Amino acid sequence: MARVLYDHVWKRFGDFAALKDFNLEIEDKEFLVLVGPSGCGKSTALRLLAGLEAISEGEIYIGDDKINDVPPKDRDIAMVFQSYALYPHMTIRDNIGFGLKLRKTPKAEIAKRVEKAAEILGVESLLDRKPGQLSGGQRQRIAVARAIVREPRVFLLDEPLSNLDAKLRVNTRAEISKLHARLGTTFIYVTHDQTEAMTMATRIAVMDAGVIQQVGTPQELYDHPVNVFVAGFIGSPAMNFFSARVGETNGTLELDGASLKVSVPLDRAEELKGFVGRELLFGIRPENIHDTRYVPRGVSAAPVTVKIDVTELMGNEVFLHMLAGENKILARVDPRTELRAGDDAEVMMDLERMHVFDPDSKEVLRSGVGGAASDSDE
Amino acid sequence: MRERVGKLTASPWLYLAPAFALLGVFLLYPVTNTVYLSFFDRRSEVFVGLDNYIYLFTHPDTLVVFRNNLMWLVLFTGATVTLGLLLAVLTNLVRYEAMAKAIVFVPMAVSFTAAAVIWRFMYIYQPAEFVQTGVVNAVMVALGFDPIAWITTRSVNNFALIASGVWMWTGFALVVISAGLKGIPTEIIEAARVDGATETQIFWHVLLPMLRSVIVVVAVTLVINSLKVFDLVYVMTFGNFETDVLANRMFKEMFTFGNFGRASAVAVILLLAIVPLMALNIRRFRREQ
Amino acid sequence: MADGGAAYGAPDRPESRTQRIVRKLSRGPLHLVIIGVCLAWMTPTAGLFVSSFRTRSEIATTGWWTAFVPPLEFTLENYQHVLTARGMGQSFINSVMISVPATLFTIIVAALAAYAFSWIEFRGREALFLVVVALLVVPIQLTLIPVLRMYAGLGMTGTFPAVWLAHTAYGLPFAVFLLRNFFIALPKDLLESAYLEGASHFVAFTRIVMPLSVPALAALGIFQFLWLWNDLLVALIYLGGFRDVAPMTVTISSLVSSFGSEWHLLTSAAFVSMVLPLIVFFALQKYFVEGILAGAVKG
Ligand SMILES: Nc1ncnc2c1ncn2[C@@H]1O[C@H](COP(=O)(O)OP(=O)(O)OP(=O)(O)O)[C@@H](O)[C@H]1O
Ligand SMILES: [Mg+2]
Repeated sequence: MARVLYDHVWKRFGDFAALKDFNLEIEDKEFLVLVGPSGCGKSTALRLLAGLEAISEGEIYIGDDKINDVPPKDRDIAMVFQSYALYPHMTIRDNIGFGLKLRKTPKAEIAKRVEKAAEILGVESLLDRKPGQLSGGQRQRIAVARAIVREPRVFLLDEPLSNLDAKLRVNTRAEISKLHARLGTTFIYVTHDQTEAMTMATRIAVMDAGVIQQVGTPQELYDHPVNVFVAGFIGSPAMNFFSARVGETNGTLELDGASLKVSVPLDRAEELKGFVGRELLFGIRPENIHDTRYVPRGVSAAPVTVKIDVTELMGNEVFLHMLAGENKILARVDPRTELRAGDDAEVMMDLERMHVFDPDSKEVLRSGVGGAASDSDE
Repeated sequence: MRERVGKLTASPWLYLAPAFALLGVFLLYPVTNTVYLSFFDRRSEVFVGLDNYIYLFTHPDTLVVFRNNLMWLVLFTGATVTLGLLLAVLTNLVRYEAMAKAIVFVPMAVSFTAAAVIWRFMYIYQPAEFVQTGVVNAVMVALGFDPIAWITTRSVNNFALIASGVWMWTGFALVVISAGLKGIPTEIIEAARVDGATETQIFWHVLLPMLRSVIVVVAVTLVINSLKVFDLVYVMTFGNFETDVLANRMFKEMFTFGNFGRASAVAVILLLAIVPLMALNIRRFRREQ
Repeated sequence: MADGGAAYGAPDRPESRTQRIVRKLSRGPLHLVIIGVCLAWMTPTAGLFVSSFRTRSEIATTGWWTAFVPPLEFTLENYQHVLTARGMGQSFINSVMISVPATLFTIIVAALAAYAFSWIEFRGREALFLVVVALLVVPIQLTLIPVLRMYAGLGMTGTFPAVWLAHTAYGLPFAVFLLRNFFIALPKDLLESAYLEGASHFVAFTRIVMPLSVPALAALGIFQFLWLWNDLLVALIYLGGFRDVAPMTVTISSLVSSFGSEWHLLTSAAFVSMVLPLIVFFALQKYFVEGILAGAVKG
């Protein structure tokens, strides 16, 4: 049973708090991805769990054991470092077997388990080389093999793919997911790449500035971000934001932001009625803005007048960079669109999928409903 | 709130104890004890206040010692740094650089004792009517000068000793400065050349300023060694003929005159001369951290 | 500067034969200066070396540079004499007996301390290390009297352990300083990965840090060995006049004071003491230079 619990954990470096009242429960066998911008405290959270840094305040549990004062070697944790941290003076075989040797595992047993770990990762032929003789991708596999050979309760992976080229990264992503399924162990995976998070995680914890913003499945985070930060961080390309006042003219609602105007269809009027007269922050994902001619069926769309600034043809879709007054808005539209740079045009926003945030607290007031999962791309 | 440390399983003191036990017994305690002893008489029995210091700073015998150390400090350091710098720049221009540097560096590997023998042999003096068997005097005679008793003549013997020190240490200055020189990107020199600087201007306005910190490191090392110079003087003259220096004087006070109070005072003066350099080192170290 | 033309990696461009000759000639003074300095630097050692093979009467009457004029008369007798009758043979052994153990002790004790200074966090680490930095330049003269008295009280003067301990202690500030700077530059991930895999500090020290620090340990070892081999002061003070334990430096200096003009003895004795350092120097020059560069602050 390898549940992990962070209970009101703080980590301070001098006056600077890298983790602030960090609470997180990770279920047994879960693949949890910690994601957030650089410097937000992801590695710190892992290192506290691994015992590489002292906890300033609060408690961390693995299973039912409080591990605050347990030295790293007794926590039964394995970690894959971003730099891989292979011992340059040992052969790959010795690298993988080092932890077992330190635990006084019998020689024959070590040999067997090293072979097996190597086989799982397809690196049997490299066992007698030294790390310096391997490519980056091979080293990455060895680092993973070294982690799995000990069959730990929890795996920590700190940006293990960031040193690989884009293509290798996509392949390795899939392999790590398979490995997780095969081993059935708790994985905690750190990345600042939201695509990695979306494609691999059973649940994602989004962090910013040492604070957990939201924890949930990829779908939950995509559909129901709890604040502006999560809404902007999850999803690629990122959500568009604009602020607008909710106004009422002749019984219909209107969103009026600078030179951007959206008329709200009557069926949405109810929901927004309570906000009349308030200045709000609205968010809409690029995939929820459509070319007027290709609006999917069943979408309750509201027209917006824009000027097309740049078009990017991606093959199966087209990105339109648009200006609505001083707001820059990105749309991801049907490839059949005939809109071109320089055009003044009208596009349709899917109001169902519009998120509304409090402009001061940045908390969500109303989420968009339902909708397709995000497409993932690099 | 106190940090709870899961990481620490071993006490650092287990690792530090051997080192600090030795440092304590052989350096920290003796240094303080020596300072204390310098206020006592020859047998460390009677408190004499500053008498030992007053003696050292007033007696003509010991004033010569200070003068000599000052000569070492200025001439030895100055000559060694200058030669090292010059040779570093010059050898950088030729293909047999490595060999030339090795030749100049070799004396660093041998003992001061052997070097002292070597230089006594270089300075052998025979009266003018005999054949000169020492290289230096043979050259003097070949150039039409009179031979000189380099070791015993008071006007020149300090220079002779310092020259042997320069011979030993130039390799050090050369190697360190040369390493600094290699660290200067060629682009910078090429840029200066494109800007129309002559090689001489490049040396004064580009190389020298960029080598400044390396030269300071070398000079500090040499200054410390000039203050502590012992073996060369001990073996070549034992401090006779007005060539005595602090370290040798201390040895003499201990074993020739049996005056431990004065010997301690000499050592303390040596320490006081070095303290500013120690402060310099510490400051440099803290800045680098 | 002596050189007016191509310097500091001037670009290669095609040149005619005359141009090349002109360039070579213009660099003449440069080569003259460098070769002159090299010759001047070799002369003293060469003179010692040549003279050590000449007879007493020849050394006394003619310059060593005349030795190459026939008839060539060289002898090994001087060496035979100093090694046996003058005790240089025993002194050679003593020098080994002093330098080798003391070098090993220094490395081991310093490596342990350097490990704590780089990889164990504890209160006062910075301050304690500054003490080490401060001790780097403290002249050992400051310690001679109290230590000598302590040894006399313990009856240890004239024994090898006395010099081993003293040499180890005196070498520590530099050794700790050098090794810490090397250890602390090792990748942090490597050590942390080892801790996670179950390594104690001691395992990390012996299995990760030490193997990865071989270059630094070698540089330190060679440097320290030569330093001790060439030491006169410490041996002179703590070994006193005990001839059966005297290293070569002490024996030579007493030869100088009793046989100041017996050059056939002095030259051969001095050369015996130089053989090992010269071999070490030429075989391991790279490490030696590294030690020098790393420790440019040592006094
Ligand atoms: N030892 C330390 N001393 C002081 N501050 C530290 C220390 N380690 C981390 N920090 C600070 O804590 C914050 C969080 O660091 P952390 O390494 O956890 O970030 P991260 O989320 O992993 O970022 P990245 O994606 O760049 O790896 C940073 O602002 C960092 O500067
Ligand atoms: Mg990180």
